[in-house]
Amino acid sequence: MPPPILQLNDVKTHFPVESGFFRRQQTGTVKAVDGVSLTVARGEVLGLVGESGCGKSTLARTILQLVPTTAGTVILEGKNLTAASSAEILAARHDLQMVFQDPFASLNPRMTIFATLAEPLIVHRVVPREKVAERVALLMAKVGLSPQFMEKYPHEFSGGQRQRIAIARALALEPKVIIADEPVSALDVSIQAQILNLLSQLCREMNLALIFIAHDLSVVKHISDRVAVMYLGKIVELGPAAEVIERPRHPYTRALVSAIPTPNPEIERAKKRLVLAGDPPSPLNPPAGCAFHPRCSYAQEKCKLSVPPLIPAGPNREAACLRLDEIADQSGET
Amino acid sequence: MPLLEVTDLRTTFHTRSGVYRAVDGVSFSLAKGETLGLVGESGSGKSVTCYSLMGLVPQPPGRIESGTAMFDGVDLLHCAPAQLRAIRGKRIAMIFQDPMTSLNPYLRISEQLIEPLLIHEKISKADALARGLAMLEAVGINDAGNRLHAYPHEFSGGMRQRVMIAMALITPPEILIADEPTTALDVTVQAQILELIKKLQNELGMAVIFVTHDLGVVSGLCDRVQVMYAGRIVETADTRTLFHAPRHPYTKALQRSIPSLQPKGRELYTIPGLPPDLSKPIAGCAFAPRCEFSTDYCRRTDPKLAAVTPTQATACLRVQNSEI
Repeated sequence: MPPPILQLNDVKTHFPVESGFFRRQQTGTVKAVDGVSLTVARGEVLGLVGESGCGKSTLARTILQLVPTTAGTVILEGKNLTAASSAEILAARHDLQMVFQDPFASLNPRMTIFATLAEPLIVHRVVPREKVAERVALLMAKVGLSPQFMEKYPHEFSGGQRQRIAIARALALEPKVIIADEPVSALDVSIQAQILNLLSQLCREMNLALIFIAHDLSVVKHISDRVAVMYLGKIVELGPAAEVIERPRHPYTRALVSAIPTPNPEIERAKKRLVLAGDPPSPLNPPAGCAFHPRCSYAQEKCKLSVPPLIPAGPNREAACLRLDEIADQSGET
Repeated sequence: MPLLEVTDLRTTFHTRSGVYRAVDGVSFSLAKGETLGLVGESGSGKSVTCYSLMGLVPQPPGRIESGTAMFDGVDLLHCAPAQLRAIRGKRIAMIFQDPMTSLNPYLRISEQLIEPLLIHEKISKADALARGLAMLEAVGINDAGNRLHAYPHEFSGGMRQRVMIAMALITPPEILIADEPTTALDVTVQAQILELIKKLQNELGMAVIFVTHDLGVVSGLCDRVQVMYAGRIVETADTRTLFHAPRHPYTKALQRSIPSLQPKGRELYTIPGLPPDLSKPIAGCAFAPRCEFSTDYCRRTDPKLAAVTPTQATACLRVQNSEI
């Protein structure tokens, strides 16, 4: 396996919660990301899944240093970003780019496509001014847009085309890592397929590392090499994408997988669904012990007492559950 | 006799940039107790179809150009407003996509929940509240007694959608129109809501029109599915047939572009091009420019939805001529 390009060690991002009108006082802490360790290799696609509020997007923002890290380190190609100066972080963004969820909100409506794509090229002095137009045309061609649309504004494009523009903008600096935060959830199925194909093709061609954040497991399974499942700020399961989704080990991943509706009436109707009760707990006041225990059908007394660490769960796989082996026995797996 | 019979519904929007034909000649029927799925991409006219039936299309800019929707001898599209009000919210109820914005943030849940009862039935407020409480329990809200008088912001998204469902089913209706009720929710919460709709439908015996863009949701829930494209129904069949033997090229293409069934590493199938601009006239089949099977004949001739087997109807000329 190639050496990791991005490495996270026990990253924590906590937000203080304040209340009081005349005297602001900190009354609590939201542990949005609470001890995440991950590595991503060159050319690898890492899927990051979980329900809303589990800390996926905060983790992305933490990697980009858009929010301050509370503890832990984010290391990009040997450089520790958490201890870097703002000039160094700006330089690191050259290698680290992001694609956002909503292509209707992430493009400036008053800027032409040319202006949007030229801006990073000019700010980071990637090419001399006279070559900018040429490079913009190249970028547009790369994401499957005709360069003749260069002088158009975002509102003249459909959702899928806008997402292509957002991807071209992320590619402008020839980054080594792209973080895509739910890049296809706002798109229709047929358009979603186009964007997924484009992203996989770009990763292969440019040897890009991609962190693909989504809540749709079927999409993640399709595009990712490895997948990390998050619950309430922690990674609960990590491993090769197909393995994790076809044979989940952690009870939360099991429930998540069984909740995906299958587009096949026989399978869908015959399936025994593990319906999770309730909503994810509030990260302001997480349950003691394993954060998943109030919704877990396998929970026992010991799950309320200690926080389970990520432990090996098969080849290249890890899961954070105290009853991992006992559960595997119960469901008749080896 | 079907519970609801929609014939040749056409709804247009008159905007500055032209006349937008959102629904362009839709006919279908709904039997008692049946679950009908209405599937299509954004802009295919699924929601406007439902809004038209409920009299919720803003006029202007919207206009119902033609059609009838017969429900128990009443034409929902042309009846007197008072007549529609007596049906809407009592015998036909609707739940909307976004539970965050479809509840009134200023009113307590209890007031919103019992409003349909106070309007449609002769009932005291105390009795209505008792039924509201029972309904909240039926949709699985824990501690319903204390939550009854809470405000919407005190509930999570999944809880709010449960409240919406409770409100829609309190009368109880004969038809429930659900317009993408789970699209804004997490998969785990979506699974809860779908189970709930199934369970309540069995108990109450109502018919459901379920609008969604997610073929997976349809496969577990619906008896029959209609696929819409560019304001028209392009294929309708029972769920099994639609998934195992789709005939219309658009239905096939839609299925092939779903990632879950494809093994990793293989390119996903994509439909080339974009849906047509509905404000411009469309010659022939609206899907022809994106269809791999289309011929000159398809681009000239308007296809009509016609039965290809007793349980399946397709609006594709080449399927009807047994060419594909």
